[in-house]
Amino acid sequence: MTDSEKKLKLTVNGKEVESAPGEMLIAAAEKAGVLIPRFCYHPRLEPVGVCRMCLVEVKGPRGFTLQPACYIAVADGMEVVTDSDKAKKAQDGVLEFLLANHPLDCPVCDKGGECPLQDQTLTFGPSESRFVEEKRHFEKPIAISKLVYLDRERCIQCDRCTRFAADIAGEALIDFEGRGGELHIATFPDKPFASYFSGNTAQICPVGALTTTPYRFKARPWDLEQVESTCVSCAVGCQMVVQSSENEIVRYLGIDSEAVNQSWLCDKGRFGFESVSSAERIPSPYFNEASGMVETGWSQALDKIAKALKSAEPESVAVIGGSHMANEDIYTWVKLAKGVIGTDSVDAQLDDGLDPKIVALSDRATIQEATQAKLLILMAGDLREELPILFLRIRSAAKKAGLKILEISLSETSLSEEAEVSLRYFPGHAEELVNGLFGAEIDPQLFAGDLQAARALVSSVDPASVVVVGGRENLADSSLDPERAIAKLLDTLVGSKFLSGLRRGNVNGAIDLGMVPGFVPGRSQLQAGNEALRAKWKTLPRKAGRNSKEILESALKGEIKVLFLLGADLISDFSDSALAEKALSNIPMVVGIDTLTNRTTSHCSVVLPATAFAERHGSTTNIEGRVSTLGKKLVGFSLSRPEWMIAVELAAYMGEDLGFENLHDIWGEIQEVSQLHRGLSIAALGAPGAKEGIVVPLSASKVQISTRRVLDPIATPGITSVGVSGPPSSSAALPGEGDPVLSESTYSPQRSKLLELLAQNDRAKAGPEADNFALVVSKRLYDHGVEVMSAKHLSELVAPSKGRVSPKGWGQIGLNGSGLTRLQGNGASVELELVVDPSLLDGVVKVEFDGALGEVSKLFGVDNSTSRVKMEKV
Amino acid sequence: MSRFTKEMETRAYELLALYPEKRSATIPLCHLAQEQNGYLTEESMVQIADLVGTTPAEVLGAASFYDMLHTEPVGKYVVGVCTNIACLLQGGEELLGHAEEKLGIATGATTDDGMFTLEDMECIAHCDHAPALQVNYRFFGPLTNDGFDTLVDDLSAGKLESEVPPHGTLSRVQRKHPIAVPLEEIVRHRRDSDAKEGERLAAKAAAEAKEGSN
Repeated sequence: MTDSEKKLKLTVNGKEVESAPGEMLIAAAEKAGVLIPRFCYHPRLEPVGVCRMCLVEVKGPRGFTLQPACYIAVADGMEVVTDSDKAKKAQDGVLEFLLANHPLDCPVCDKGGECPLQDQTLTFGPSESRFVEEKRHFEKPIAISKLVYLDRERCIQCDRCTRFAADIAGEALIDFEGRGGELHIATFPDKPFASYFSGNTAQICPVGALTTTPYRFKARPWDLEQVESTCVSCAVGCQMVVQSSENEIVRYLGIDSEAVNQSWLCDKGRFGFESVSSAERIPSPYFNEASGMVETGWSQALDKIAKALKSAEPESVAVIGGSHMANEDIYTWVKLAKGVIGTDSVDAQLDDGLDPKIVALSDRATIQEATQAKLLILMAGDLREELPILFLRIRSAAKKAGLKILEISLSETSLSEEAEVSLRYFPGHAEELVNGLFGAEIDPQLFAGDLQAARALVSSVDPASVVVVGGRENLADSSLDPERAIAKLLDTLVGSKFLSGLRRGNVNGAIDLGMVPGFVPGRSQLQAGNEALRAKWKTLPRKAGRNSKEILESALKGEIKVLFLLGADLISDFSDSALAEKALSNIPMVVGIDTLTNRTTSHCSVVLPATAFAERHGSTTNIEGRVSTLGKKLVGFSLSRPEWMIAVELAAYMGEDLGFENLHDIWGEIQEVSQLHRGLSIAALGAPGAKEGIVVPLSASKVQISTRRVLDPIATPGITSVGVSGPPSSSAALPGEGDPVLSESTYSPQRSKLLELLAQNDRAKAGPEADNFALVVSKRLYDHGVEVMSAKHLSELVAPSKGRVSPKGWGQIGLNGSGLTRLQGNGASVELELVVDPSLLDGVVKVEFDGALGEVSKLFGVDNSTSRVKMEKV
Repeated sequence: MSRFTKEMETRAYELLALYPEKRSATIPLCHLAQEQNGYLTEESMVQIADLVGTTPAEVLGAASFYDMLHTEPVGKYVVGVCTNIACLLQGGEELLGHAEEKLGIATGATTDDGMFTLEDMECIAHCDHAPALQVNYRFFGPLTNDGFDTLVDDLSAGKLESEVPPHGTLSRVQRKHPIAVPLEEIVRHRRDSDAKEGERLAAKAAAEAKEGSN
């Protein structure tokens, strides 16, 4: 019997309680139904025992003494009394002290109504204060960042926010300042609390000391309506609660999903809701005519599109985008495009991801498996910028459980500090480096890092216990090199698993459901049989299709007649914006289906309004393949419709019946045609037992269904009573309480040698050049993308793109003091600020992608070679 | 000049080398910065954070806890008058009142010429010479009002330079030798004692388990 399985017995209030070694008394008591009051204790943070609210009587050698329940571990035979007069007097006394300096401005406090201090004072505290002296005063409130306000008078110094910042986020930008009566939370002067995770501190603050700017004075908690949902601002799939007031979202709160986000949200996810009520929302269908955008009706618009489709050859129709859509939308659009129109030129990725074969045909790991792997190999962009909560999970696994990380990247990332070994490579040489990792000779000029140590690290572990996180780090280079490197890793390390590092909301669901060229729903390839599909679909594409880049290139040649853009702002998001602009002007019918007006809207012939997040039911798929629900809390904006409905209607105008009236119909068909999804229905997802979503494929070993525990019962009390968020029930029987009824899927990945499925990389290998720098363009969290820019408070955080060069490169350009530099490449010239980054190889410049500003994307074309830029001092 | 000078930076690295954990050097480095600038400037806190691998907020958090570290500018001489019980009974409060009058400033303030900062202090362990005070942490006492005036005049006239260095200098004697026990040995010793403790706990747990199964 191991230590963790061993059970201890203790007595709480005369009742026998079972517990495991190492558990804190407060948690053991809570499991037994005894709620001990607390402020500083938070199950996801290290205990500190500073607020003293949880004092209870524990029997020791000198009889019963008062001890903090959050700070003592359980012991066998422990006797505890939590409701004696002595314990109550202690708790009452602590509350009186905490309230001595508390301003009691509850009527104007955002926390009022859901405040642990209010609630626990009512339950455990004194009814009157004996403190008649002047309370301490601070200027209130002060903005410690653009998103968080700090009111130091309300603070009870519980240390939750500072522990979160230091231990979980790893950025101690706030700390206690002063001592005794002067103790208060402070940032360093002129260094704001600019953390990607700052919103979490407001969620865990047990008083109204930390409040968020977007929610400030917006609503009272008792007026809020709420529903559970899944965040889609990146592909981690964080579980959260959407809270709304008067048909407007006012805030999101993280839910404690053990498997995914463990109660945390990043600020982009948390505050992105403002884009839903943005003034940029598209209210109705539009025709783009010479006189400008002309409002029209759904029937006219769909009729026009259907006519264009009828006169077009299947191969001349293409679909780009859809990675933000729900699974049901994706399946319906895939069916329309591949099964009715008959084109395979459908791509949810905007040339910023990986070959879908890697994602679809590898053995997939869950986040849990990645954090418990013997070795985690990172070959993705900076996870803090791209998948922030995955970064938190990996960081804390490395810090607390000693997760070993091998990082293979172009420059230092936020996880480099936790990595056992970091290897760097010159752009375009990832595959060589991976070959080197497995013993091949490599050119030392093109690499940095301790290769010997990396080889030792890889050979020291069982290959089957390795997880590879693979993503796209560099937009300015062909994806083939990192793809081949990832494939080589997965092939050579037999039994290793892959965790997708693709960042767009539901891009992993899009791959699972065939919204990529060469695939059909269920992670299966177009050529492979597809009998189930032939029974359900009218047709199947005759030819393998094109990816986004190829679609745009064929558009230049006039080969594309109808292009659907499903939430794809090509001109902002496609890495080669010049190509996108030229291609769009060469397509007779461009249909833009989107929620927000963006830079591409004016290039569309027809614009259709789609419903936004929280305006529709559905489900989404995260990086693990975990399918979880999207909750509906708002009435759809104006004339907008869910994307699946648009596809069904459009098919009807073409004289075809897709056969879907509701989401249950769609799931019914998905289950029939996709082995991967067999056993999973949206009714199952909405069942009370499936609160963390369900990972596909369902197999006996992999089904992870758990009922959520109440993480922090004193705070955000509403979360426990949130309704289940499945769609309105139809004839499909909803499972009852408890676990959803699931049958095991027979799906198994058709994994062969991944490397053999990819194209050969036969382009010339180029190393550093004397007067050209190799360009690396990477994503960051707050870019100029339309979602960030249309959320008021997030848009204020967007900073101009910066670049990085090695110290030698800095000297080479002749920079001194100011880093303002002119970059020239691909016929364009861009000025930006450079900083020195010693982790970069010489001859490389790394630039942050700037989305809709569209400056950086001018610097490179997508011509499958390492992009080069000339640089000169300004 | 508020970051470390070249010479001070050398000393900073010497200090850092004394500790197995860099973070442990935070307070010594704060004193070093005060020795150079008289108080802890923001720039030096940022630099210290870089040196010890923490954030400026954490350095400020630590520094603001301690009375001997000043994050605001102070005079060349920080005069701390003890008002704790022994000195209080001997007229410490009155001495503080006189000091305010003599220096023309309130407690906590600095004279316009930047020479003196006046503070009240808790017990400075100089009770046998009550009422006592410290000037830059050097003891003086027992003091009468006249004695205080003389002290201030002497300090202003520079007569006590040899006894009282400017604020921030804790000691004018610098360590000339490396630490007697090499760092490797400290680390080794620590590892050994950790291992021993681990063994002891494991043995104890094993014994308990045995007892439990009986």
